[in-house]
Amino acid sequence: MSETADTLAVAQTGSEVVGASASLWSDAWRELRRRVMFWVSVAILLAMGLMAAFPALFTDRGSNDRCDVKLAKHRPPSWNPFAARGHPFGYDTHGCDYWAQIVHGARAPMIVGFVVTGIALSLAIVLGSLSGYFGRWLDTIISRLTDILFGLPLVLGALVILTAFPDHGVWTMSLVLGVLWWPTMTRLMRGQVLSVRDADYVQAARMLGAGDVRIMARHILPNAIAPVFVYAMLNVGVVIGYEATLDYLGVGLQYPTVSWGLQLSQAQELFVDYPYLLIYPAILLTATVLSFLLLGDAVRDALDPKLR
Amino acid sequence: MWRFVLRRLLQMVPVVLGTTFLIYVLVFALPGDPIRVLGGDKPMPPSVYEALRHHYHLDEPLVVQYGRYLLGLFRGDFGETLNGQSVSSLMASSWTVTAQLALTAWIFELGMGIALGVWAGLRKGGIVDSLVLSGTTFVIAVPQFVLGYSAQLVFGLKLGLFPTVGTDDGWPYSYLLPGMILGSLSLAYIARLTRTSLVENMRADYVRTALAKGLPRRRIVVRHTLRNSLIPVVTYLGIDLGNLLAGAIIIEGIFNLPGIGQQVFLAIQVKDGPTVVGISTFLVLIYLAANLVVDIVYGALDPRIRYE
Amino acid sequence: MNTPDPAPGTPLLQVDDLHVEFRMRGSTVGAVNGLSYRLEEGETVAILGESGSGKSVSAQAVMGILDTPPARVTKGAVRFRGTELLGLPEKRRRTYRGAKIAMIFQDALSALNPVHRVGDQIAEMLIVHRGMSRRDARKRAIELMDHVRIPSAASRAGDHPHQFSGGMRQRVMIAMALALEPDVLIADEPTTALDVTVQAQIMKLLSDLQEEMAMGLILITHDLGVVADVADRIVVMYAGRAVEEAAVKDLYARPAHPYTEGLLASVPRVDVRDRALSPIKGAPPNLAAIPSGCPFHPRCPRAREERCAGEVPALRDVTGTGHWSACHYAEEVLGG
Repeated sequence: MSETADTLAVAQTGSEVVGASASLWSDAWRELRRRVMFWVSVAILLAMGLMAAFPALFTDRGSNDRCDVKLAKHRPPSWNPFAARGHPFGYDTHGCDYWAQIVHGARAPMIVGFVVTGIALSLAIVLGSLSGYFGRWLDTIISRLTDILFGLPLVLGALVILTAFPDHGVWTMSLVLGVLWWPTMTRLMRGQVLSVRDADYVQAARMLGAGDVRIMARHILPNAIAPVFVYAMLNVGVVIGYEATLDYLGVGLQYPTVSWGLQLSQAQELFVDYPYLLIYPAILLTATVLSFLLLGDAVRDALDPKLR
Repeated sequence: MWRFVLRRLLQMVPVVLGTTFLIYVLVFALPGDPIRVLGGDKPMPPSVYEALRHHYHLDEPLVVQYGRYLLGLFRGDFGETLNGQSVSSLMASSWTVTAQLALTAWIFELGMGIALGVWAGLRKGGIVDSLVLSGTTFVIAVPQFVLGYSAQLVFGLKLGLFPTVGTDDGWPYSYLLPGMILGSLSLAYIARLTRTSLVENMRADYVRTALAKGLPRRRIVVRHTLRNSLIPVVTYLGIDLGNLLAGAIIIEGIFNLPGIGQQVFLAIQVKDGPTVVGISTFLVLIYLAANLVVDIVYGALDPRIRYE
Repeated sequence: MNTPDPAPGTPLLQVDDLHVEFRMRGSTVGAVNGLSYRLEEGETVAILGESGSGKSVSAQAVMGILDTPPARVTKGAVRFRGTELLGLPEKRRRTYRGAKIAMIFQDALSALNPVHRVGDQIAEMLIVHRGMSRRDARKRAIELMDHVRIPSAASRAGDHPHQFSGGMRQRVMIAMALALEPDVLIADEPTTALDVTVQAQIMKLLSDLQEEMAMGLILITHDLGVVADVADRIVVMYAGRAVEEAAVKDLYARPAHPYTEGLLASVPRVDVRDRALSPIKGAPPNLAAIPSGCPFHPRCPRAREERCAGEVPALRDVTGTGHWSACHYAEEVLGG
């Protein structure tokens, strides 16, 4: 057989596969467009994202700005924040405007959520594909490593490490959590790669002389990555909830950083008499986490033709 | 079968070694000097200081310390806390609390989770289904500590339905509320997993066969689909035992239960290395044991699985 | 059961103008669009068609095991010895399934429950329908397995489906379907998933058992070769309708519909040498938008004028001897 024919065949199998995964995403998009839940979560996440990136759009105060201890724990004038003027969310324990503090509290959890997921996802894609594709000793090492980290409860690991670095900020915390977070996604990625690796079209490409790098990049990754991606999307919400928990345990972020988790943590003792201190940040945090979960769910359903 | 168990036990050895070593290194890296913490505010004569360091082998290199620890572990000796108490006896007193808490949570999530999942799955798309789906998503989105202290306030203090702190009322009464909170997250996952699995199995070919056999619907669900659907749920239930023990760190704090979660949390704060390592090792061992049990049960439930 | 004695001449099973629709998110797909056929006592009828022709769906409608929703019988009748089945309440309908009309499926591996022993799956029929004790039912299950020629049936009854070979699994399915000595057996592509040599064994087994038990057998297949030796009559389906129905010999020798003609021309035949194979042009019809008039006309080499595109051809007896065709120009096709 001539060489051109070979190249042609490879090109065709390649484009077919890429075409298949492209149509998977475009089908999913068509499916997503008509879901109300999808648009609701996107809208909430956009709002929260704006809050995190440009707090000045929502409040003219900086974080911990113009606080007055005399105003501490002044309740909001009305239960309906839309009806009240001035300081609709009241004041926090330091006498800072609570609405401004809550707006500024969005940034830290958002950064932690995305950075941790980003680190874990990158590690998972690299380690998972190496381990799934090449197998043998590489797989053994990576799999045992994931086993070890799986055995160590995440809260415990985070508690110990974060106690070891007491002066950590948002970025150090993200790094620590990211390093602990990759095993689940790596296992998922490995399983995906394993299931695609022996597919007929991959065998065909290999027989036609495509190299490992080409097979990985053009055939395996595009077809294996969708579920890992969806998991990562859900995961951002999970990490945000986790960050708040670590704040609560006292090993997360520290004053003067402002975050929903710290606000929730401070609200615990005062919750009986000042429920608004808990309720407002809880609503925003829950709405954010919920949106990530719903978005992930919606994308997963849209990608899975069986569920239609 | 016994060969399978033996092989799995052998595979666990590197995991146990890796995990304990990891924790050992992390605890070792904790800043501050435990001996100084032990001495409190009073200055300590250098000779006493050196003697204590030597007593706790803190003057030896890390690897030697770890080796010594491992040797002790093989003899069932988890070491000695900085107060001179043996870690084993410390765990023995706190272990029963955590075991009762985890067991309560486990029974709760197992019973309610499967029941809700089956109910929702059988009425896919109905009101119950939507309620279960939205309710579980909500439970997953709210951080557990917020759920914990809100429930403590509302059901404990305000309504007086449950004891709010401590273990004075014994099992199960003292453990009901904390157990339900601890199990709530897994309950949500189990309900969703059961639902998805049941819905998938209801569409399986063998269900069509069962229909063609003229079996009543009740028999089809109970004898044919339920068992198949519960296979992944059992896996989750087993692995979750480890998660519950780790989650106890948060819940025991809120409800002031003197379990191992409290102990390890306090130990991290006073940099009591032996206690942290001892309890962590114990948690890892339980986690691995639960995994092994899951694998064995899995084979009993699904005849297609063979112990290779 | 309490079926009244049918009047003489009543067919064993009669399907009349059956319509099945799939409703999915606003769009409606007609999977079966007016199918009629009859099955006499002890007769074998083959239903032949491509995938998507509605052959399996119509069989599931006869059994009453359609996935509802999305599928729904919208019109028509299914009569078993004169008793209309479609209107029966589920409780009574269920007593027919398995007991009077049984069914076996294409892929026995997925059609058998993976976690139950095959013996128990067969015995279940007897326990549920006949109220037999577990012990007696098991004993009978082993006899049935023996009857379908599964070697060392007594020990294999305790095995799970994945421990059997494809052919043996299909035998288990057959044993299960025959447990209550049904009057009609519907076999939905029973040999498609099997090796050729095993296919022949299973077909032989089916036809032996059919003769022995004097059942009516409906064989659903896309494979002309499989049914040639076994079937008495063939119903050819296209786009959810019967387009031709005839005795096997007549249909093979002188097809009266261009679609059947095309099918015969597209498979190799041992008896005609050096014949060029000519596949049917075009793709099977989109069931959401079935062509107007004769649904086959866009692919038909004989289609002409507005008649084929405008007028739905009725199924009519072309020769007067029971050779039915739904083609405006059936006589011309018969003439070759």
